[in-house]
Amino acid sequence: MRTELNVNGEIHVVDVEPRKTLVDCLREDLRLVGAHTGCEHGVCGACTVIVDGTPVRSCLMFAVQAEGSEIVTIEGVAPAPGELSILQDAFCETHGMQCGFCTPGMILAAHALLRDNQEPTREDIVEAISGNICRCTGYDQIVEAIALAARRMRGRNMPDRVPA
Amino acid sequence: MSVAKGKFRYISSDRRVLEDRRFVVGKGNYVADIVRPNMKHVAVVFSPHPAARIVSVDSTEALKMQGVHYVLTGEELAAATLPMPNGMPTPEVKRYPLAVGQARYVGEWVVAVVADSRALAEDAAEKVRIEYEPLPFVVDGKEAFKKESPPVHPAHGSNILLDKTFVWGDVEGDFAASPHKLAFSQKWGRSSTVPIETFGVIAEWDAWREVLDVWASIQMPKYADQIATAMQLPMNAVRVHQDVDVGGSYGVKRGIKQTVLVSYLSKKLNVPVRLIEDRLDNMRGGDAHGPERNFDVEIAFDSNGIIRSMKMDALDNVGAYAGRSPFQLGKPIGAIVGPYKIKSVQYRAMAVTSNKTVQEAVRAFGQSPTNYTIERALDEVAWALNLDRLEVRRRNFIQPHEFPYLIPSGTTYDSGNYPGLVDKVVKHADLDALYAERDRLRAEGQLAGIGVASCLEPSGGNSAFEPLLNRQNKTTTWMDSCRIAVDALGTVTATMHTTSAGQGHETLVATVVGEALEIDPEKIRISRAHTLDVMPSNSPVGSRMAIMLGGAAFHAANKLKRKMMTIAAHDLGVPVEELVWDEGNITSKKNPDQKRSWNDIVLIAHRHYYRMPEDMEPGLTAQHVMQVPNGGQLPTDDDRIQMYPCFSFEFHIVLMSIDPDIGKPVFRRYVIGHDCGTVINPKIVHGMTIGGIAHGIGAALLEEFAYDDEGQLLTQSFMDYLLPSAHEVPKIETVHQVTPSPLTVFGQKGSGESGYLGAPAAISGAINDALRPLGIKMNSLPLKITKLGDAIAEARAKSGKEMKQ
Repeated sequence: MRTELNVNGEIHVVDVEPRKTLVDCLREDLRLVGAHTGCEHGVCGACTVIVDGTPVRSCLMFAVQAEGSEIVTIEGVAPAPGELSILQDAFCETHGMQCGFCTPGMILAAHALLRDNQEPTREDIVEAISGNICRCTGYDQIVEAIALAARRMRGRNMPDRVPA
Repeated sequence: MSVAKGKFRYISSDRRVLEDRRFVVGKGNYVADIVRPNMKHVAVVFSPHPAARIVSVDSTEALKMQGVHYVLTGEELAAATLPMPNGMPTPEVKRYPLAVGQARYVGEWVVAVVADSRALAEDAAEKVRIEYEPLPFVVDGKEAFKKESPPVHPAHGSNILLDKTFVWGDVEGDFAASPHKLAFSQKWGRSSTVPIETFGVIAEWDAWREVLDVWASIQMPKYADQIATAMQLPMNAVRVHQDVDVGGSYGVKRGIKQTVLVSYLSKKLNVPVRLIEDRLDNMRGGDAHGPERNFDVEIAFDSNGIIRSMKMDALDNVGAYAGRSPFQLGKPIGAIVGPYKIKSVQYRAMAVTSNKTVQEAVRAFGQSPTNYTIERALDEVAWALNLDRLEVRRRNFIQPHEFPYLIPSGTTYDSGNYPGLVDKVVKHADLDALYAERDRLRAEGQLAGIGVASCLEPSGGNSAFEPLLNRQNKTTTWMDSCRIAVDALGTVTATMHTTSAGQGHETLVATVVGEALEIDPEKIRISRAHTLDVMPSNSPVGSRMAIMLGGAAFHAANKLKRKMMTIAAHDLGVPVEELVWDEGNITSKKNPDQKRSWNDIVLIAHRHYYRMPEDMEPGLTAQHVMQVPNGGQLPTDDDRIQMYPCFSFEFHIVLMSIDPDIGKPVFRRYVIGHDCGTVINPKIVHGMTIGGIAHGIGAALLEEFAYDDEGQLLTQSFMDYLLPSAHEVPKIETVHQVTPSPLTVFGQKGSGESGYLGAPAAISGAINDALRPLGIKMNSLPLKITKLGDAIAEARAKSGKEMKQ
């Protein structure tokens, strides 16, 4: 089925089976492999992408359903090759990951949070990432990263660790 | 050789982790991201029966589908490959990637279908018709141990893989002399590490070069050896690519059956073949469940709470095949008395097969269940004597001046200061205030309790448990390697020879080499060699890489440094002892004008052979292969063995409350004290510790591979097998202490399993403290809400009165 997808500001035309999930289409047809498949039943959040401003599980959406929507994947977040966004840099600063498998989904979930909430509390952050499972970190340094990014994005530019 | 402590340039400083940059932009290189030309995909057909004879397989309809290339049965695969190594002297417990003749658990892979896409392979898998004849089965470990239970492997004759009793010291004498004895039983439930990335592997046979290329999500010692053996290939025909990022493992990503399966198919079909498990494949048939262990324990102690002796029976229900799992009863022997001065121990280790999914190595390799039981013993002694649980621990602790300390099972602990860390944590947590808070919660009508756990993390993994449990196995070598090269333009590249699953090994090597050579770690390139670039590694198991890869990198860097100093000495015409190294520049102590820069040495080594010392190889390369410190000996005839060399320590205090009506446990406070010697990277150690606690929270409260009486696995998805989310993991406070190991180059110990070693024990202790007013104890993990709620309701009904609301 011919489908037009707007991904990271570029229009891609793909020919996919109607049953193909958005995550499989992104990974296999567009070779955007930053969205990962962990459970393929909507629990782990590793496949999170932003669709029309909202984080969604791309394993629970068919590619053909995404036609006409604006999709942002992790590949669309860094401002330039070799240059990190404030949020990505904050994840590096606090080491908000280990194996990196859940990280793209975490960052996109956090990205959506910080767009709507510039001063998130610890509870706000926990709630925002509670649909993304991380098996490595116990979440502490992820929460810390998001809090740090929020502070930096507010312009206070505190370079070091902040209490989460 | 080691460096002077406390003079570190990069070690222990709060530096970023080099790997993180690629992960935050989605540029990791996971196995599912790799595409090979003309690659085919596998889906498997699984057994719906816990035990059944495979009567027939009809693949006619599947093979009629366009784009479907092959349907592989267990018979064909078994005829062409050797069984997977089982490690135990049980030759009739044969294990192949696909069931042969008989299926032995629900979810066992029976047939593999190869097609142009995974979706198509799954469609075709549904068309394969398999006729089964159900057979008797057994799911419970204690039942399986009985003689009359149906054997999972009839040719083996029983379900018993291991039943060995060790006696270290005068157990009967100590029991007879002790005024107090008690006994208890408890069970560690079947859970696992369940990485978010399932196991995946691509194999590509090149018939012209006669090389099998393998890309896999692997964490496995001797992986290439095992592929070569099973495939009956020379080992130098197997090239495992170790630059694949592994999306979490914590022990379980062993994947040998998956790899043999696709390797055979690639060779047979002459195309690259990939198998990426989906979540159901992984949960029921990925053979990655963790220990399921029944404990029966007796303790002998005096009126002061000093434990004199312990008898521990441990029975592991390992599932349908041996896997690595019987050995998970062996590793805890190296810390069988925990941090305590228990004089004698009797330990009966039993492993049985059952009709459940096969187990793999899980974080701490059996030590966490054993710690859970040792800590329960300490709690029981305190309760029996009406003493404070922490006070009983303090009275039994090995004291700082007693190291190195030899425990009854023959292992020497390297160093430790257990009371010191406990004091720090108690002060940080304000334990008296915590008890007051517990009592306040109780007064409000909540069930509330405090748990404490003081546990060891044996680290620097070797496989000393293998020769101990299987005397035919005389392997004691467990090395790791590093090679460092300074290129013709003076930049530094270091190799490592294993995959990583988030442990930050590139950062480890760069930090250590930077420390030794006094150059910025960020300027060092880390390369992951494939397995035909033949330096040996035993992979990151047993919390070993800080010690082993860090040690190998340090020694290699020092060899390189010596070579550069020797070149400088020769070029300057002075004795090498006269020279000092300063950030890679070499100067004479006597005459500072006599010096050679880093770039001078590079030039000489790479281009000016006439300036080189006689007989010295040109270029600047050094390598080191490191054996585990103080390991390498076989067990004694009386079953004593030096297990892992280094022992990290952790102390947990947790305050929990339980809603008495629904049984929901809530963390009110969680403090951990942690001592893994010299910390190489604080961010990495912090993350591992907190992550380990999160994993322990899962094992203690949420996660279970639950089976019904029919042998069906009830928790195959993340809807039923519950992983802790950010809501379930509380804010955890950490307290640090550094007690360096005398056995390692910087005083470092391992920390890859930290947190997980004590969290379940502490949580279980807190819940049992909370339940004491009801007169009940919980004797198994996980303590799910339903289990707690039912137990509380039953206790209240029995007592005939409702607690005040």
